[in-house]
Amino acid sequence: MDPPAAGSGQPFEYDATAGSPSRLRLGGRLDVHAVEHVWGVLRREAKQLGAGGSPVVVDVSGVEYCDGAGAALLHALEQDLARAGAEVRMEGVGRMVQEQLTPYRELDDMEPARDGSGRGGGSGLLDGVDSVGRAAYSLFGFVGELTRAIGSALRHPRQVRWGDTLRVAEAAGFQALPIVSLIAFLLGVILAFQSAIAMRQFGGEIFVANLVAVSLFRELGPLMMAILLAGRSGAAFAAEIGTMKVNEEVNALKTMGLDPVRFLVLPKVLAGLLVAPLLALYANMIGLIGAAVVMQGFGIPWVAFFNQVTSALSASDLFSGLVKAVVFGLVIAAVGCLRGLQTGSGAASVGLSTTSAVVTSIILIVVLDGVFAVLFYHLGV
Amino acid sequence: MSEARVDNAKTLDRDVVIRVQGLTMGFDDFVLMRDLDFEVRRGEIFVILGGSGSGKSTLLKHMIGLLQPQAGHIWVAGSDITAAEGAEREAILQRVGVMYQMGALFGSMTLLENVRLPLEVHTDLPREAMDAIARSRLQLVGLGAFADFMPSEVSGGMQKRAAIARAMVLDPEVLFLDEPSAGLDPITSADLDRLIQRLARTLDMTIVIVSHELASIFAIADRVIMLDKESQGIAAEGDPAVLRDTSTHPWVQRFLRRTDSDEERPA
Repeated sequence: MDPPAAGSGQPFEYDATAGSPSRLRLGGRLDVHAVEHVWGVLRREAKQLGAGGSPVVVDVSGVEYCDGAGAALLHALEQDLARAGAEVRMEGVGRMVQEQLTPYRELDDMEPARDGSGRGGGSGLLDGVDSVGRAAYSLFGFVGELTRAIGSALRHPRQVRWGDTLRVAEAAGFQALPIVSLIAFLLGVILAFQSAIAMRQFGGEIFVANLVAVSLFRELGPLMMAILLAGRSGAAFAAEIGTMKVNEEVNALKTMGLDPVRFLVLPKVLAGLLVAPLLALYANMIGLIGAAVVMQGFGIPWVAFFNQVTSALSASDLFSGLVKAVVFGLVIAAVGCLRGLQTGSGAASVGLSTTSAVVTSIILIVVLDGVFAVLFYHLGV
Repeated sequence: MSEARVDNAKTLDRDVVIRVQGLTMGFDDFVLMRDLDFEVRRGEIFVILGGSGSGKSTLLKHMIGLLQPQAGHIWVAGSDITAAEGAEREAILQRVGVMYQMGALFGSMTLLENVRLPLEVHTDLPREAMDAIARSRLQLVGLGAFADFMPSEVSGGMQKRAAIARAMVLDPEVLFLDEPSAGLDPITSADLDRLIQRLARTLDMTIVIVSHELASIFAIADRVIMLDKESQGIAAEGDPAVLRDTSTHPWVQRFLRRTDSDEERPA
């Protein structure tokens, strides 16, 4: 039978006649739209016809057009009748119906290539231990390679890709100035305003300068800068390297004899080391300006505010903040790159790597901040 | 576009599924192809041929409405896809299936879920039926046993076949295949050719293929058009074997006979 054009033909119709044998006659267009309506109805009819094991003839000679959904219905009817114990015979099977039914029948005898879903399975505890072990191995390997690359860069600075480093530093540092300015300014404003209200009760508004300066330089400046750097640049590093991994560009580097850590990671880590303290310093200055603006409203002039700031700050405040910023910069860039290199395959993996880079960086920043607090206390810094 | 052309398109021959009229395509000021005119008939296997960079895939993207032409119109199943918007555009797209060059499977879904997705979006079938149809389509391309695999767990050729299964799961009137055989081994490629012929012959599917796999083209194509970068137009149109034997166009000869310009042509 020549197949009619898709979209043409009589509407689908069927009738069921009980007897010996019972007959289920189908005709017209057996397409997805017909199947949507009759899937449940026809299968119930078939089960009733086949009940008791009487023979059933499914007559499809009137079917003018059959698509994949139509074949799915015919196959389901066959199976329902067979399960009910009926002897099934299909009559009037044209070429189109035959072609459409073939893959369904082939699947009946087929074993899946693997049991279970593609998404894991297996014993939870062993998988957990295995994944932790692999992550630790990968982390130590990465730290080792990065240390070696930094050592090599110190010994042979001309081998470093300074062009890439400056390009990354520009993207991570210079292009971050607007958002860092906004957040730092607002932080200074909020800190100054909240503390000035309390200090005014004791006539000590001028000491707001001490509070804001020490808080910003020792804690909040580096911390806020680090969170912004993780969100902007750590995520970007993971996405960039992750996409390269998915596109097999990282493999291409390896086969060309280029070490991905030296080629891709080192410029980003050096850029992170470079821009993090500068951004922290910049954030501190802008935060102080925000606080000074608020203090104008409390009758503290600019000169008095900044005199108080210079007298309140010591070299150790500046030093401790900058050391933290350098370490945060190193950690954020390294974690971003590590997560990028750990990317699996497919677009979803890049998303996971990016999320993981930001989350891991922020957790490490907070933990390291606590470690620094204890360390500086014992060192008397 | 002139009114005459619109009227002409409205009275499309029932056997013409796609009509391209006066199509000029390119990017910004750059013109890739100028004033293309051709038709694709119902149930035929139509191949768009051309060298690298001649605009084959770009033409296909125009035919499925992903790109807007600089001039001209394309009618797909009776509707102008270059002007269609909203529900009309969606209705046209439901009648076509597309396999992209790299497969474009969703990496977060199994092969079964990838193939089932168009059914979930466009039909109200019960889940059991959708699963059965998706599995049968995977089986049709030889991947019935791999339904629960993730795309990253199968080879590039298998991903391509799964993409074909996804493209045809709604039994579209027109199936567009962008480089279906590229990167496949000869046996899989020959199986795919047979599948394409089966779809066209038994299910009345119209198949538009972008390719430069000559063995495959000679085996399955009913008609080809050859895009020529130099002249920014169609260098030849017709049965590929006939073109190979009779065309006097030097570029067509070089392409179909795989001869160098200075090399003597084989007898």
